[in-house]
Formats: sequence, structure tokens, C-alpha cells
Amino acid sequence: MSSVPSPIRIARAERSRAAVLAEKALEALIRLSGVSAILFVAAIFFFVLKEAAPVLFSEGFSLGQFLFSTEWYPTSANNVRYGTFALTVGTLSVTALAMLIAVPFGLGAAIYLSEFCKPRLRETLKVVIELLSAIPSVVWGFVGLTVMSKLIVNATGAPVGVNVLNGGIILALMSVPVIVSIGEDALKAVPDSFREAGVALGATRWQLVYRVLLPAARNGLLAAVLLGVGRAVGETMAVLMATGHAVHIPGSLLDSVRTLTANIAAELGEAPSGSDHYRVLFLTGTLLFLITLVVNLTADFVVRGIRRK
Amino acid sequence: MAGRFAKTPHIARKEIAESVARSVFGLMSAAMIVPLVLIVGYLVVLAWPALSLEFLLDVPKRGMTDGGIWPAFVGTLYLVGISLLVSTPIGVLAAIYLNEYAKDNWFNRLVNLAVINLAGVPSIVHALFGLGAFVYAARFGYSILSASLTLAIMTLPVIIASTREALASVPMAFREACWNVGATRWQTVRAVVLPNSISGILTGVILQVSRAAGETAPVMFTGAVFFKAVQRGDLFPYGLGDQCMALSMHLYTLATQVPNVKEALPYATAVVLLGSVLLVNATAIVLRIWLRNRKKW
Amino acid sequence: MTESATHAPASPVKEIEVSDLRLAYGGKEVIHGISFNVHRNEILAVIGPAQSGKTSMLRCLNRTIDFTASASVSGCVKVGGQDVRAMKDVFALRRRIGMVAPLPTGLPLSIYDNVAFAPRCSGVTRKADLEPVVEKCLRQAALWDEVKDRLDSLGTALSGGQQQRLTIARALSHQPEILCLDEFSIAIDPVTTMRIEDVLKELREEITIILVTNLTQQARRLSDRTMFLLEGDIVEIDATDVIYSGESKSEKTRGYVSGMFG
Repeated sequence: MSSVPSPIRIARAERSRAAVLAEKALEALIRLSGVSAILFVAAIFFFVLKEAAPVLFSEGFSLGQFLFSTEWYPTSANNVRYGTFALTVGTLSVTALAMLIAVPFGLGAAIYLSEFCKPRLRETLKVVIELLSAIPSVVWGFVGLTVMSKLIVNATGAPVGVNVLNGGIILALMSVPVIVSIGEDALKAVPDSFREAGVALGATRWQLVYRVLLPAARNGLLAAVLLGVGRAVGETMAVLMATGHAVHIPGSLLDSVRTLTANIAAELGEAPSGSDHYRVLFLTGTLLFLITLVVNLTADFVVRGIRRK
Repeated sequence: MAGRFAKTPHIARKEIAESVARSVFGLMSAAMIVPLVLIVGYLVVLAWPALSLEFLLDVPKRGMTDGGIWPAFVGTLYLVGISLLVSTPIGVLAAIYLNEYAKDNWFNRLVNLAVINLAGVPSIVHALFGLGAFVYAARFGYSILSASLTLAIMTLPVIIASTREALASVPMAFREACWNVGATRWQTVRAVVLPNSISGILTGVILQVSRAAGETAPVMFTGAVFFKAVQRGDLFPYGLGDQCMALSMHLYTLATQVPNVKEALPYATAVVLLGSVLLVNATAIVLRIWLRNRKKW
Repeated sequence: MTESATHAPASPVKEIEVSDLRLAYGGKEVIHGISFNVHRNEILAVIGPAQSGKTSMLRCLNRTIDFTASASVSGCVKVGGQDVRAMKDVFALRRRIGMVAPLPTGLPLSIYDNVAFAPRCSGVTRKADLEPVVEKCLRQAALWDEVKDRLDSLGTALSGGQQQRLTIARALSHQPEILCLDEFSIAIDPVTTMRIEDVLKELREEITIILVTNLTQQARRLSDRTMFLLEGDIVEIDATDVIYSGESKSEKTRGYVSGMFG
């Protein structure tokens, strides 16, 4: 055997105190950073609510009016009213239209990517989707304001091009990448044994998709749609620029509307800090925070549901 | 002629359905890409007259109706750089916690939910938070510091997600081998896990740059302003407590707030913003593909 | 109890004492209260079909089972007379036990760093201390002559057989008193396996070896005593000569070693 002597018993060796302490400190920092996400979410809720809370006890404000009135006259000289119902409807109408367009296209593209196309094409398409999702929302808004609005005026003869239709199309283009990538993950998560069993029974690819894969990936696809909704509801700059500025319940696709998010962005600069108007905008923010919280938690819950099965 | 494997009408119908499905789904994919190409092309064509190096280096002139975008461009660099300095360490450490330290219990599930939610909070709510927390409560005022911190918290989930993915791609067997010889968790992370995921983390940081550069709402109410007088080509015009211009907000301003702007100016601004963001993203993608091809195991 | 004549002293020193060890993963018990001793400087072979709890048992010895959140352990494991679950410094425990996993796992570090990793983790950082250890361990693992000119190249770039010997060198690098090998030969060729078996025979002079294997003939070639583990229970533990003589107490053991099942 080797004649090299071993001068030290490594198994009994001790690390220097400094090294052990440094490691302890670093691990404390790691744990703190890990927990920071909770702290930040809590802080966001706390600070937004903190700025909003005083208005809840203000004389000129009622929560019922805030939620269910369509009258938004925050700067009226003698009769100030803070009803956000028209804004909520604005958000809902634009989001609904966006989903009407984005869900079929997004899920269709997800199916194509995961089941029909060749690996090389798939990689290319995924790169394009990634780039599509990287486009800043202010650029989308600019596109809506210029390109899309001209197209809509030319095609429909509407008096203004910035409206529900415009915002819906822009939001659809923005949400599609989310739906495609999450949807594709959901389809990919279906075990290959399902596919092999289907093919062994003589099913065509299409039969496989709608008889086997869609039911099996149902929850994941639902989560994809929910995350798309979350993205659309929370989007600000694009809808600010593309939907026009009319605070009313839209009668048609060609009406201008304003959404909850756009309303904050449009008026926060003018509302004096500490005024009721300013606080109501923060209250709208609290509402948005809670809406997206519910949407995201539901999406996560739905996904977790499949994993447990 | 009609052999045993001849097509029955039933099979033929199935094949037609198959090819219809394939083309429909293919078209849906194409419908996603065509707008991207058309939009980018259209923007570039309209921006062309104004696009030049001079446009980048020059300052806005004649009440922002002419000139270049230098103060906005530098401002965005400042905002992105400082937000990165804050969020990268926190994000990487948080990802290390979630992937390497966290046991599967209710508390860590809560942490995961928090990360998911942080990613889902609307950008305008982040803006309200930045205004309430940094501008007023912390008394940083409307400043680059406030805006950068707001951006940092907003982009934190990006770096957490990509770092976690990079860490998770290091095989479990390496960790077990380290634990078996008496290495602590941190020694394992330091010696084996981090060196083999550093490039994935870098990709995440690059993606974060692009995300932060494009955001408008969070900086609009916390530190970015319509106009700031800056020398042409000056690299260090701002301090931490100053307000600054930002490229994303400059585009919004030119498009909606300033009358009689030279036609090509907003288009050129949009192209510079879009081009920078796509360029940064493309870098990340190329880096990722290159890394995938030179794995050590 | 019969003892193998060659390597165990008249009154064997108990290196490891396991009593009533139970292990459950998320409520499903996989080891049902086993008790056995490992004597100093013996090779104890642990044989048994897959899913018998062999690997899980090893992970209880060096407490890497702690990394599996769903695992719950009861009973007592003593190494060198100390209860492992009462030990404050679990890392020192792991350095007293060398562990070789079934699949060759070179760390993505240089060959030198692979072997120097464990000493460094335990605070040995001087080059003068590390170099002799690295050389000694690589020699012990019969790898030195093949890699001495390229200690800087990546451990993961070695062939499977070389990587497995590198893994053994790494397991020896912290100078353990006990070496556990978990089916070390399943991913390597017979020639390399024979070389490693020769290495083990020499190592027996210095340390205690636990050899988990599903090759019954390998257990027969190498071990002093053999333990037959089946579905989380010890069927039989006795001198290897007895187990393979065809006169072992349990019919199951006779069936398993003669290849009737498993």
C-alpha cells in the first residue's frame, strides 16, 4: 500500500471559527432573502391600503357608491362622486374581448407547438413567443394608439380608433404568449404513455388531442387562461393609450372606455397627495391587488390540483 | 387492387380531419407571429427618417418636439442599473433558499405563493406602492432611488424564477455526493451548485434588464419626469436623489402629451426602446442555447 | 454466533451498533425494526433484492436520510459507541463514514479538487496537507497511475469505471473509519469491478467496510459476514461461509443465494 504518511486526521479536523461564523451569517442572509417575497407582498398591500384607508372614513365617500355607481366625478366643484363601476365594466369588457381572441389562438398555438410541429420549428416558435412577451407595454400602447387605431378607423368608419376593440386586440396580443407557454407546459406534462396508448389504438393526432390530451391537461390549460386573465386585468400602459378615456359603460365594441388601471395612471399625477381623490385611487389599487391575488391563487390552486392527482 | 390496407371512407375522413386540424393550429401559431413582424416593420419604416446615432446622443429640443433622446436613454440605464444592484442579490439568495434550503412545509408553500403573487401584482399597483413606501414613508422623494427600488421589487420574481430553474438543473446526485463527504449545505452550494448554474443565473439577470427597461407605470410616479436638462452625450448627469427621464416614459409623453412633435420622433423612440429590449432578450436566448450545448455532464 | 476466522478478533469490537431501526417514508414503513452489529475491520456484505431497504439503511447510518423531508426514523444507531442522532456535529459523523453511491458521480470539478473537496470542507486548506492526501487516496483507489498527469482535467470527463474509482478516492479522502459501498459495480465493467474488489481486500486491513450488493457471488468473494435483508427485515446474518454453505438457517436465504428468486 501507499507509504505516504498522513499528517492530519481529517475526519477530526475543525474548521476555523471565522469560517463557521461567516457561513452562519450567509445562511441567515439566504433565509432572510427567501422570506423577503412574503415581506414584499405584505408591504405592497400594507402601503397601498395605508394611503387608501383614511378615505373610508371620509364624509363624502361611501363604499357602496365606490363599488356600484357609474358616476366618476372626482374633481367636480360642488358634487364629488367616486363611482368606479364604469371603470370595472371597462376592465371587464376589454379583458373579455382580449380573452375571446387570445384563448382560442393561444391554446391552438400551444397544441400546435406541443403536438403537431417539428422540434426545430418548435424551438424557433418558442423564441418568437419569448420575444413577443418581452415587448414593453408602452410600446404596445403606442402601437394601439397609432397603427391599430388607424386600421380600425379605416375598417369600421368609427369616429375614434381608440376603443374597446383596439384595447382588446392589443391585450390579446400581450396575453397570448403567457397562454401559449403555460398551455404548452400543461400539454407536455401529460405522460407520453397516454399518447402511446392512443396511437396504439389507431387514433389520429387530432383524435388524440381532443379525446385524450385536452381532458388530461384540462387543469393546466385552465391555469394558463387564468394567468392570461391576470395579465390582462393588471395591464396599465397599453390600455391607457389604446382604449380612449371615456368613463362610461360601453355600448359597443367601438366605444371608448377607461379601465381601473388606466384610471389610476391617468389621474394619479393630478390628484394632490392626501386628498380624497388621491386616496380613492389607492383604494382602486387595493381592489386591483385583491383581484389579481385571487386570480393568481386560483391558477396556482388549479395547477396544484393536477400535481396531487 | 383493394388490398387489406386500403383506405376505407372512414379512414379517409379521419385523415382529412387530421390535416384540417394541423393547418388550423398552424395558422393560429402564424397569427401570433405575423403581427409581430408587421408591427416591428411598420414602426421601423416610419421611424427611419429620424433614426441616427445623433438621435441617440442628442437632447430633446424646441419643447421636446425635435432633437434626440439622450437624457431618457441614460435615465433608463440608471434606473435599470440601480434596480439590478438591489434585486439581483436578493433574488439569487431567495432562489437559493427556495431550491436548496426550503423543506416542503406550509411556510415555504406560502413563500412560493408570495413569489407567484409578486409576479402577478399589476404594474400600476407597484407604482402606488413605490409612491406610498419609498417616496413618502421612506422620504426618498421623487427620485432615481425611489423609482429604482420600485423597479427592483417588481422585477424580483423574474430573477428568482430563472435562478431557481438554473439551480434545479444541477443534478441531485452532485449534491448527495457532497453531503456524503460531510459538506454543509452552503459548501455544497458554493462548490458545486453555483458554479454550474452561474450562466443560467446570468441569463436571468439579462431578462431582468429587459423587463426593467420597458416598465413605465412604476417609474412614472416615483422618479421619472417629462423633461430634464442634460448635456449632449453626458454619461453621468444624474445623482441618486435626482429625478430623471426614462425612455419608456418619454415614449408615452411624446405620443400623448406633447403637441406638434416631428412625425418620426415617437416612432424612432419606440424603435430604440423596442430594439434595445429585443436585443437584450436575444442575447439571453443565444447565451442559453450556447450553454445548453456545452454542459459538463 | 459464528465468526469468520480470518479477520475478526476473538472478541470483535463493535464499530456500528444498530438496534430496532425503523424507517418510514410518509407513513409507509420500509424498514421494520432491524438490529445488527458491524465489527471493526470486517467486510459485512448486505444482500437482498431491490426495494429491500438496503440503501435507506445506509442513509440512516450517516444521517443523509435527514435530507428526505418525508422520512421518519426511530430506533438507535451507534457509530463508535455514540448515538448518531444525538451527535451535534453531523458533518463530522459523515466524515467518519465514506459513502460510495451506485452510479459513478464525479463532481464537475477537477480530479484534484474532487478528492481535495472533503478535506477542504473540514477546514484543511494548506496545499502541503492536501497534496499527500490526494495522492494517497487516488493510489488507494487504484486510479493514481491513470490520472497523475492530468489532475487538472474534469472529474466528469473520466470514463465510468474511472469515475467510480474517483468516487471511492473521494470517499476515502476524509480518512473514514467505515466505508459503505452501495452496489458500486452496477454501472461498470467486470475488469474494473475486479480491480476495485482487490482494492477493497487491501483496505480491509485499515477500515471497516459495508458492502451492499445484489451480486450474491460478489458478496461471497469479498465478505467476512453476510446479512440478508428482505422487504425491510433481516432474514439472516451470519458468517459468509455459513450463508453460502447451503446449510443456512432460513430457507429463504438458501433460495436467494442459489438464485431461486430475487
